[in-house]
Amino acid sequence: MAARTQPLTRWPGSFAAILVGILVLACLAAVLLRAEGGRGLGPSDWAAVRFTLVQAGLSALISVALAVPVARALARRRFAGRGALITLLGAPFILPVIIAVLGLLQVFGRSGWISQGLGWLGLEPVQIYGLHGVVLAHVFFNLPLATRLILQAWQEIPAERFRLAASLGAGPRAMWQLLEWPMLRQVLPGALALVFAICLTSFTVALTLGGGPKATTIELAIYQAFRFDFDLGRAALLSILQIVLTATAGFMALRFSVPATFGGGLDRLVRRWDGHTRRARIGDTVVIVLALGFLALPLLAVVLSGLAGIGDLPLSVFRAALVSVGVSALSTVVLLGLAIPMAVTVSLSRGGMVEMAGLLGLAASPLVLGIGLFVILNPWTDPVALALAVTALVNAVMALPFALRILVPRARQVVAQHGRLGVSLGMAGRAFLWRVMIPGMRAQIGFSAGLGAALSMGDLGVVMLFADPDHATLPLQIYRLMGAYRMEQAQGAALLLLVLSVGVFWALDRGGRWHAEA
Amino acid sequence: MKYLAFAAGVLTATATFADTPILTVYTYDSFVADWGPGPVIEKAFEETCGCDLQLVGVGDGATLLARIRLEGARSRADVVLGLDTSLMATANATGLFAPHVAEAEFTLPVPWDDPVFVPYDWGYFAFVHDRGIDAPTNFRDLADSDLKIIIQDPRSSTPGLGLLLWVKAAYGDAAPDVWAGLADNIVTVTKGWSEAYGLFLDGEADMVLSYTTSPAYHLIAENDAGKTAALFDEGHYLQIEVAAKLAGSDQPELAEKFLDFMLSPAFQMVIPTTNWMYPAVLPAAGLPDGFDTLIQPGKALLLAPSETTVLRDEALDEWLRELSR
Repeated sequence: MAARTQPLTRWPGSFAAILVGILVLACLAAVLLRAEGGRGLGPSDWAAVRFTLVQAGLSALISVALAVPVARALARRRFAGRGALITLLGAPFILPVIIAVLGLLQVFGRSGWISQGLGWLGLEPVQIYGLHGVVLAHVFFNLPLATRLILQAWQEIPAERFRLAASLGAGPRAMWQLLEWPMLRQVLPGALALVFAICLTSFTVALTLGGGPKATTIELAIYQAFRFDFDLGRAALLSILQIVLTATAGFMALRFSVPATFGGGLDRLVRRWDGHTRRARIGDTVVIVLALGFLALPLLAVVLSGLAGIGDLPLSVFRAALVSVGVSALSTVVLLGLAIPMAVTVSLSRGGMVEMAGLLGLAASPLVLGIGLFVILNPWTDPVALALAVTALVNAVMALPFALRILVPRARQVVAQHGRLGVSLGMAGRAFLWRVMIPGMRAQIGFSAGLGAALSMGDLGVVMLFADPDHATLPLQIYRLMGAYRMEQAQGAALLLLVLSVGVFWALDRGGRWHAEA
Repeated sequence: MKYLAFAAGVLTATATFADTPILTVYTYDSFVADWGPGPVIEKAFEETCGCDLQLVGVGDGATLLARIRLEGARSRADVVLGLDTSLMATANATGLFAPHVAEAEFTLPVPWDDPVFVPYDWGYFAFVHDRGIDAPTNFRDLADSDLKIIIQDPRSSTPGLGLLLWVKAAYGDAAPDVWAGLADNIVTVTKGWSEAYGLFLDGEADMVLSYTTSPAYHLIAENDAGKTAALFDEGHYLQIEVAAKLAGSDQPELAEKFLDFMLSPAFQMVIPTTNWMYPAVLPAAGLPDGFDTLIQPGKALLLAPSETTVLRDEALDEWLRELSR
């Protein structure tokens, strides 16, 4: 064997990427092969593509643009409850969509809190339905995620650099030019691509907040092709379009992302000497309070509506909660099993293809993934018997791009800092992985695991075709309660889901950051 | 994947013996929920059939049909319960369903003699609202009012499609005109019934598209007499929910027995307060208290299944055009 130049091998990550690629492509192929002639894409489908692009583009730009000041404020300020606030900010992202929409509309709707307030002042209610409503809802979902990604990058600038900058007398402006802007150039393209990809497959939110069929997205067109026309060919074509759009966004992100070179640090506590001015303090406080208001009010609405129903939940809701916890745990294990090797592989080179494979899971329509898996499994076994395993697998694949965004930057840092030393000490392979790599990425692994577990808990994903009546998940049970007029119990169950998701997220995220500064 | 199959098999294993025949019935998801008709019906049928009745819930009616088409002739299902009149022609054209011999004195608002599909319940679509608003008496009246409504998307929801056919059946070529008038009354269009009804209960609109029987839920289960439905003088569109056995069933006799059972009082008396619809064969005991307070449409509208497939696409195009302006 030739002398090693890298502390770790690439093949496990490449293998995981190939597995994910095969899974997604096999599902698409299965749906296409099962198609029995169709009418191809029509003008209404292209209208859906246009609307999808506009709303996803705007949502991504605005979410990320707003996330920069919020992340900056959170990076510079230390205050009581900051950790709890950061955890809570993850909540919108993990709520089942329908519940989040009800929460949003209780604040921003025609008879929402803001409209009522305006009514007392003798003003017209808020007009929330339309493109701006769709964007508002997507910002609500994705601002927290973008903030966390950017905040993490901010905190990965070694403390020594800030110390050096401060000792050289750098003010806020110089600090921005020297440290913060290079960091943002590295992280923003990826964050934009990720939010864009999430919004691309939006359906319920876009339709409900969009106010009518003008707000038809590709995902709705897929749903229509399957459910209304049973035109599987068109469903698959539309899903391929989604993948092409996401892949384009992903490639652009990789192209425009300029790696920042801050060098290594000793993982010391970051202190910011530029945040002490009065202006900085007031500015940061205003930004944090505004973001908190925007994100917390709809959550508060969900909690308040849930309190009435949580006392009298049927037993089946608790059974469903147990099932969801199990699915979520399995899904998290699969997620980490895929994401850690893939992140390692990406960190050893540019790793473009591996990262693109990671985006595939998010880009493919969950409905088409579900149909594909169903068609593949059906000749061999009863797909419903595999419902929970399939749900866990698909949830893991869909959470993969998030985990990679979180893990990759840190993995690069660890390899850059310790890789050569590891190789020169003859400490490579397994020893490097377990003694250096994984401990070095502990916080990021915890965050990814938390996000993956919470996402899996709240996701309905492929359940529609695979629904197993005896092992309903909690989100399915919430839909069932709503479908049976039991709105109060549904909102109670939604509160239970919120508590479980945030709890699991907090525990894993916190576990990763044990002894570390948040 | 083998160990996953094994694990899942262990999880779902039920205490059935090899010699007990299994009857598999696919239905929509809300039918099998704990509070739906499923559990009671399963118990009652198993007492008489000497079989294991397995109810499998799949999405809503249209998803159910898509699932059956996906499985094709090799489907595990013996009976499908939960299609409706707007899906019947498409379902029949697949050739996957077999004629039945079940007979009963149906108490439907229209005559019934379909050789394949057997009705088990029915209801009228209607706009539900709080008592106390000045309710419109037809679509034109509604379009002229300032009332705000929430409807479902016909592409993703059964009631949404029902409304589309309702307007088409009542107004024919003038339907686009009616939609143009309604455009400014529509607050939003939702994916499914649950979203729409949830938003209505949260006060986002004055009226929501649902069923004439919806107020009965609030009255009977919540003791709330505050909801009612608007009576429209052009008539109300009818939804009849049907079941059929599959041609590829390996239990054709048991399937036929189930269809007979479906029309018996043991099944029919459960329907009003679990599925919140009218029974297809009214049991001797009549309807539960509270159902007498519901509005009674003077005219039942229903397009013939053969017309539905053609008119459906035409009506959808008109709907999309008028509401996308």
